[in-house]
Amino acid sequence: MLRDITIGQYFPGNSLIHRLDPRFKIVITLIYILMLFTGSNIICLAVGGVYTIAALLLSRIPFKMFWKSVKPLLPFLLLTAVLNVLLVDSGDVYFKWKFIKITAGGVNISVFMIIRIVLLIMGSSLLTYTTSPITLTDAIERLLSPLKLLRFPVHELAMMMSIALRFVPTLIEETDKIMSAQKARGAEIDTGSFVTRAKNMISILVPLFISSFRRADELATAMECRCYNGGEGRTRLRQLKASARDFIALAVTLLFYAGALTVGLLFK
Amino acid sequence: MAILETRQLTYTYSIGSPFEKTAVDHVDLKIEEGEMVGVMGHTGSGKSTLIQHFNGLLRPTSGTVLLDGKDIWADKKSIRDVRFQVGLVFQYPEYQIFEETVFKDIAFGPRNMGLDEQEIKRRVLETAHDIGLKEELLKRSPFELSGGQKRRVAIAGVMAMEPKVLILDEPTAGLDPAGRDKIISHIKEYHKRMKNTILIVSHSMEDIAGFADKILVMNKAKLFCYDDTEKVFGRAAEISEIGLDVPQITKVFMELKRQGLDFGKEVYTVPYARDLLLKHLRGKAGAEDC
Amino acid sequence: MENMIEISGLHFSYPSDDGKEAAEVLKGIDLTIKEGEFVAVLGHNGSGKSTLAKHINAILLPTEGKVVVDGIDTADEKRLFELRQCAGMVFQNPDNQIVSSVVEEDVAFALENLGVPYDEMRRRVDDSLKAVNMYDYRLHSPSQLSGGQKQRIAIAGIIAMQPKCIILDEPTAMLDPQGRREVMATIKKMNREQGITIVLITHYMDEAAQCDRIVVMDKGTVALDDTPRNVFSHVEEVMRIGLDVPQVTELAWELRKAGFDVPQDIITEEECVAAIKKLMATA
Repeated sequence: MLRDITIGQYFPGNSLIHRLDPRFKIVITLIYILMLFTGSNIICLAVGGVYTIAALLLSRIPFKMFWKSVKPLLPFLLLTAVLNVLLVDSGDVYFKWKFIKITAGGVNISVFMIIRIVLLIMGSSLLTYTTSPITLTDAIERLLSPLKLLRFPVHELAMMMSIALRFVPTLIEETDKIMSAQKARGAEIDTGSFVTRAKNMISILVPLFISSFRRADELATAMECRCYNGGEGRTRLRQLKASARDFIALAVTLLFYAGALTVGLLFK
Repeated sequence: MAILETRQLTYTYSIGSPFEKTAVDHVDLKIEEGEMVGVMGHTGSGKSTLIQHFNGLLRPTSGTVLLDGKDIWADKKSIRDVRFQVGLVFQYPEYQIFEETVFKDIAFGPRNMGLDEQEIKRRVLETAHDIGLKEELLKRSPFELSGGQKRRVAIAGVMAMEPKVLILDEPTAGLDPAGRDKIISHIKEYHKRMKNTILIVSHSMEDIAGFADKILVMNKAKLFCYDDTEKVFGRAAEISEIGLDVPQITKVFMELKRQGLDFGKEVYTVPYARDLLLKHLRGKAGAEDC
Repeated sequence: MENMIEISGLHFSYPSDDGKEAAEVLKGIDLTIKEGEFVAVLGHNGSGKSTLAKHINAILLPTEGKVVVDGIDTADEKRLFELRQCAGMVFQNPDNQIVSSVVEEDVAFALENLGVPYDEMRRRVDDSLKAVNMYDYRLHSPSQLSGGQKQRIAIAGIIAMQPKCIILDEPTAMLDPQGRREVMATIKKMNREQGITIVLITHYMDEAAQCDRIVVMDKGTVALDDTPRNVFSHVEEVMRIGLDVPQVTELAWELRKAGFDVPQDIITEEECVAAIKKLMATA
């Protein structure tokens, strides 16, 4: 039952986007977000939109997956849109009835915000859809490694993240088993009053916590037996090599950014 | 009447996806009350999925499960009651213990059944005795106990519901020979006292030979056979072929038969082998040479 | 042949929390294991076999006595990593020793810790995975693997360190029969093909029977130390300790008790068949 949950759903593939260096992908995503938020009008966004659609197509991931990432936020989007349409008062008036006033300005801003948020979600999803969680963790660790000079525990955090990721499926399976075992003794987990269900959560959480502590202890011993000694002097099997492709992708992104700003200024 | 029955029981998961798999394939089964059944099958044969249908943890994709002649899914709301009548102990059950005292943990099942305090106490004390837990352990924290003791607490927790059918999935997994023998003998005692039906899933035919009246074998999601222990051991060669391990002593007598020394009986325990041989060695007539 | 592991006068008690005398778990063990041996340490739960295993790679240190592995004293803190590279350990729970979410990265874990350069690391990881027949799974997630496969990955992770000996603490206790077969086959292969000394802690006598030598532990001491054949012929003592003997050995013993002349050291089915035929023929 719980096994259908995946974190930051990753779709394995071999597209151009998949094959980009993850560090570059993170930096590019950040630039992309910057581009969306510094664009001052709809024409800027249109340029950004072209970029986004091109990237989505290049990833060869079915468009409906991106739609799925936007869907949960639809109610919020519609609410924002309606509020803006009703409350913003500037420009030509399209419609007026009692106290409801819909103006060009309101419509403009609504559309602008919706497009911006949708592009934002789709673009960020592109990152998690084309990069596995462990690759992302690795890339973040490498990007942050200069912080080690400031005594920031980069390696330790990355180690924690990667061990956590490794154990997510194991913990999900264990939770499933514990739930089945308690249900077999009559515990009501899906039904019954809130109080009953809360009490029965204890029957799942306590064993889970205890087993996690034991697991951690055994894992630590196993790691020490394999000469783990913190981040000092560690080499890596996973190699990240920046290639021409990555620099080109970065350059293209920057060009689009520049282009969007220029176009925005021209069409003020 | 059969206490537990399945009719064309089928369970398929991930229907419609590329991972679709039939774990249990049209199984017809009739288990009589009072029997002690050994359940065998290689990993992936469907035995674990099958037993989870008996207490309603899984719902059949098609087919029916009947307890005491009644379809357990006829009234969805009363499925919880089925779980009190068909008790299921999972593998490594000690990992599900959570209460502060041994007493409370064993009492969890009976408490969920809505029984009064006196009845709960009676059941906890009797089950603890049945499974070999000393009374002074009842007030201690289960987490202070040894692995073997914790396992007994967990098994007692299900036994205390006094189910008509008790199913144990590899109750001796990970235990050493002494621990294993103790648990099996406690379960046998419990069976004698309660006169209920017991199913034990095990990978060891040697262990099963020591307690089972009947053996249920699953193979690749289908029911391979459900028959008297002796008859199943008579098919030892077939059992070997589907990937299950036959006891050493059975292999010896299979080989003797192949070499022309047929004792006419299925041998699957050492005491029986000894008695059979002694009878032939000391008896009037010699061996039955073919 | 060199002595790989030398244990002399080993006593051990866990430090007690409440000031009282802690019960002694190991009561004076003397044991020598030579290079290339395949030794089983057999004992019931509580016999001290796991505690003994943990002394070999310094997870535990002796309260009294000494443990020397390939010339390295386990109490020597400065040579701890050298010791652990030489004596690798595989644990009982397959999941709780896998660190990474990608198989080949887990196998590389020890090498990454030791700062092995990339090219050599790549080669050793690939060789280790091939040695345990898991090369095709190198990019898989461990959660997709069976118990037996996970244990083979754990073994690969140890072999990558190129150890001289491997200690396995009940590696098959949580596996199904197929997984147990896979792991035993892998261990035997490591011993035969690469000459790695193997110390297998187990309570399964059919596994112990496959080793060159069985050390039987009981209540913190060594009760028996001999070849499988000789150990199992002490049927009464093995059973008194709470362990099993092979069914054929038990049957032979029963027949001897009844006064029949049956060899003392039967441990295989073939030997049993032959003995029974002989008995029936002379009856």
